[in-house]
Amino acid sequence: MNKKLPVIFITLSILTLFQLKAQDDLLELLEEETKDENNINYTYATFKATRIINGQSVENTAGGVLSFIIAHRFGKINDGFYELFGLDQATIRFGLEYGITDDLNIGIGRSSFQKTFDAYAKYKLLKQSSGAKNMPVTLSLFTGMAATGVEDLSPGNEDVFSSRLSYSYQLLLARKFSNNFSFQLSPTLVHRNLVRTPEINNDVIALGIGARYKLSNRVTLNAEYFYRFDDENLGDDTFNAIALGFDIETGGHVFQLHITNSRGMLERYFVSETTGDIADGDIFFGFNISRVFTIVKKEPQ
Amino acid sequence: MKNLTLTLVFSLSVVQLSYSQDKYFTRTGHISFFSEAALENIEAHNHQGTCILNSENGEIALSVLMKGFEFEKALMQEHFNENYVESHKYPKSTFKGKIVNFDRENMRGNGKYHVSVEGELTIHGETNTVTSEGTLEISDGTITAQTSFPVTVKDYNIKIPKTVVNNIAEVVEVSVELELKPYNK
Repeated sequence: MNKKLPVIFITLSILTLFQLKAQDDLLELLEEETKDENNINYTYATFKATRIINGQSVENTAGGVLSFIIAHRFGKINDGFYELFGLDQATIRFGLEYGITDDLNIGIGRSSFQKTFDAYAKYKLLKQSSGAKNMPVTLSLFTGMAATGVEDLSPGNEDVFSSRLSYSYQLLLARKFSNNFSFQLSPTLVHRNLVRTPEINNDVIALGIGARYKLSNRVTLNAEYFYRFDDENLGDDTFNAIALGFDIETGGHVFQLHITNSRGMLERYFVSETTGDIADGDIFFGFNISRVFTIVKKEPQ
Repeated sequence: MKNLTLTLVFSLSVVQLSYSQDKYFTRTGHISFFSEAALENIEAHNHQGTCILNSENGEIALSVLMKGFEFEKALMQEHFNENYVESHKYPKSTFKGKIVNFDRENMRGNGKYHVSVEGELTIHGETNTVTSEGTLEISDGTITAQTSFPVTVKDYNIKIPKTVVNNIAEVVEVSVELELKPYNK
């Protein structure tokens, strides 16, 4: 028994020394103190803008912030020099988007394409996070409505207002895999009250796939594709929408420059009525510019 | 024999106890900065600063999560994290140093003292030696510390593009307010 005593004593002294040693560095001690705290680490900036290119991204305009979005899609690049490679024919959409809260956005817009008015809402249901709360993805719900203002929409038929309407619904499911790479899946349903011929389905079900890769802190490369299911009943002259572009951010602006085979900037038009055939070289150049205005400032404390 | 072991354990825990009693700690330190430029003023606040002060020798350490800075405008906050301090690469800023004119006798009773602090400040992965003046106020077991000092953005390898030189100051004023309580663990 007596023999064991020195061993216990030495072991305890060494342990104590270690403990003192470990606590000697105050920064390490702080590290220990904050490590297992109940911090939820929310992911931010999965995408730079509220659109990946044509389609919605999971990003919202922040609460109390108004965003003014100007978007252009020019004519076909393969129209040649006579049309200055499409630049002579622009379709425009002006839009306003407001963050009621950080999670809930509402927006309105007007497109020159089919003289369309639109309104929509987007709600962020789940936020990607790590730490105390682990959530692998961000999930947003999107619903939009569009009304075309074209005169005499259906020649020879009675002009009923409801036939001008279309609706779109999306689940936006995104994950920021790394600081550079983000990926999004967007299951989409578009319903059109009136279609061109009886053979064409009123409903279009599609899966949107979008991604971005950060080339630098201020520039990203984006790509987007909408795959339509059951596309043989959607008209032979329509195609799946594809787009490729860059996001360039400067202070309060985000510039999105891209090429795409769709001219419309609303879900109804690019998901279900894209007329550009990539195989024929039908490519349109376009851009989105957003400028934000802070309406409700957060009180600094 | 049993008694000896008990005594040993007891004396060791006393050592441990006295050791931890000379530290003061907070995890709700208020750290803010202010940038004054031609076009706009920018300020940001963080209420999650952690700090520990050794009241035996005046050593002090501070750590703050860069993501915890809140700005008036949401986009400023995003750009601060994404483009300037690169929070994904350098999540924390730290300070480690000591009170130069430290007198442990001051810690015994209530009072307010002027202090000079010197140490290593690390922001955006870059470390510089900094000195700062401030006050310590001891009041019934709580130490209130206050200081402010200028930080030259360039010294920490934070790049400001030419297009926003009129929006962001080259030197920002950093303020620190801490209410430290005895640290028990």
